[in-house]
Amino acid sequence: MSRIGELFARKRAEKKPVLIGYVTAGDPSPERMPSLIAALERGGVDLIELGVPFSDPVADGPVIMKASERARAAGMTLARVLELARAVRAKSEIPLLLFSYMNPLIRYGFDQLAGEAKAAGIDGCLMTDLSVEEAAEFVAPLRAAGLDTVFLAAPTSPPERLRKVADHSSGFVYLVSRTGVTGEQARLSASVGPLVEALRERTALPLAVGFGISTPEQARETARLADGVVVGSAFVRIVEAQGAGPGLEPALEAFARALKTGMEG
Amino acid sequence: MSVTKLEPDAQGHFGPYGGRYVPETLMAPLEDVERAWRQSREDPSFQAELRDLLENFAGRPTALYEAKRLTKALGGARIFLKREDLLHTGAHKINNCLGQVLLAQRMGKRRIIAETGAGQHGVATATVCALFGMECVVYMGEEDMARQRLNVFRMRLLGARVVGVGYGSKTLKDAISEAMRDWVTNIATTHYLLGSALGAHPYPVMVRDFHRCIGEEARAQMLERIGRLPDTVFACVGGGSNAIGAFHAFIPDAQVELVGIEAGGRGIRPGEHAARFQGGAPGVLQGARSYLLQDGDGQVLLTHSVSAGLDYAMVGPEHAWLHDQGRASYAYCEDGAALRAALQLCRTEGIIPALESSHGLAEAIRRAPGEPGKVFLVNLSGRGDKDIDIYRAHFPELDGAARSATEGGAA
Repeated sequence: MSRIGELFARKRAEKKPVLIGYVTAGDPSPERMPSLIAALERGGVDLIELGVPFSDPVADGPVIMKASERARAAGMTLARVLELARAVRAKSEIPLLLFSYMNPLIRYGFDQLAGEAKAAGIDGCLMTDLSVEEAAEFVAPLRAAGLDTVFLAAPTSPPERLRKVADHSSGFVYLVSRTGVTGEQARLSASVGPLVEALRERTALPLAVGFGISTPEQARETARLADGVVVGSAFVRIVEAQGAGPGLEPALEAFARALKTGMEG
Repeated sequence: MSVTKLEPDAQGHFGPYGGRYVPETLMAPLEDVERAWRQSREDPSFQAELRDLLENFAGRPTALYEAKRLTKALGGARIFLKREDLLHTGAHKINNCLGQVLLAQRMGKRRIIAETGAGQHGVATATVCALFGMECVVYMGEEDMARQRLNVFRMRLLGARVVGVGYGSKTLKDAISEAMRDWVTNIATTHYLLGSALGAHPYPVMVRDFHRCIGEEARAQMLERIGRLPDTVFACVGGGSNAIGAFHAFIPDAQVELVGIEAGGRGIRPGEHAARFQGGAPGVLQGARSYLLQDGDGQVLLTHSVSAGLDYAMVGPEHAWLHDQGRASYAYCEDGAALRAALQLCRTEGIIPALESSHGLAEAIRRAPGEPGKVFLVNLSGRGDKDIDIYRAHFPELDGAARSATEGGAA
């Protein structure tokens, strides 16, 4: 079983939800990422989504869009994301999910990427703009290398699409909580419950919910429905506010702990 | 030799290009648009309503005009112009807007969003929204808003809200991203009226079909006028909607050469042009797979062209397919040549062309002297009113205090 599969199995046995944290790799700088990720892990994040910066992030709201610009300005590339994974893996067993738009991966070459990512300690890939219809040629090399592939399920997905999304996914399925781009919101979307139920009928894979979850209360509410909770923009906003200052790691760790405590409470 | 395939596969692939590369949230809406579009093709009432609007509102069929003075000045190939510039709103864009607004109406959508580069698609979208009483929001890069101020005002006059996009290259690409973000947030109420043969399926084939009348009319008009087909068809290529509309009817005519002209900008160096077939590589951007100007890390490169409508990093997927099969070839034209071609058309034919269209015209002008006996067809996709500020900046001798000296010299 993969590191991601093992994590969800262990947490399920403990009857505890999985906290997934997204960060844009390279923000505030490539060099700072290992200590930033270590801080998230200390705070209770169970799985890290490593966002690959891209020039045209159509699915992202302003917070992650700006993080992507900062990371690119700081010199982050896909090759350096793999280096980062190696550095994290040397000290930690935390599962790592590469989170990317398609074009940087296509440019790198999926065959080469799959082998190198696995060797670097990456456990899976989520490609924001890859529909299941286009997935076959890209999923094959990733799976062959032993990587999980995580696909998105959306509130707009009709039942037959949910089945295809589940069929193409391994590790877990990522449920998009609402229509729209990434970013925080005041209240949790009402579409989460029905979407979780519809997927439960179609797959035994763990389900994680993301988009718009930014407070311990929202995390708790989501954890009652799903196996995992993804928090992205709220972490990235802390990086934006702290920059490369000394308060970055303590702030991330404290917020992760607040989310974890909220979820498990 | 195999016959070039005219239609994409069921998933919208032109060979390895096209398809649907979008977040899952947009898949169902794209399927809805595709369903409505397929139904409309079989629906006589839709077709009749569209035909009526194209003829009586937009002004189809457009004229085929033989540019005799230009031909004589060049002393080679005979040059014919397909006058899309004479359409209502000033460019071919209205063909697609009328088609899609009727689709939106049938899908029960009351809010229309669009992106625009030069502003011609934005103006055409604002126009059809006014005509049908729909809410209209147009996303436009701030750099484009500055260089196409007239069109910004026209859109507002027509009741549209123009939203400036101030990040990235501040041009068409970023306007499309912002429109996609709006669409994914407002799917229930909103139709995305994409303005070029770009993006996720069904947009490239649907937009082409709404523009194929350009080539169909021109082909029949050539046969009627001179009893033969042109040897070469020229059209500028940004996303590629006017070009694919002009080319489509000629694809089965293997003897007709099809030439798309991309923006060479200030020269073929990274960031200085928008000629995707000059150093671009297949990639994925904004829903489709096609030739893309990108760096070694797969980041999309900035582009430049004097014409906002050609200033885009990816070419429409059907053009990529025609290119790879050798059915169409793609040249490029730099800013200066396009400006000179525009001036030459003004002076020989009394037609002020759009800067985009001037790129296609420039390639015909370049080749004509060496090809006597040949017949060229140039798709004059738009008129130049919107570009007057740019022409003024590039021809200062015609403007202000210097003017009387020039007139004196010419007399």
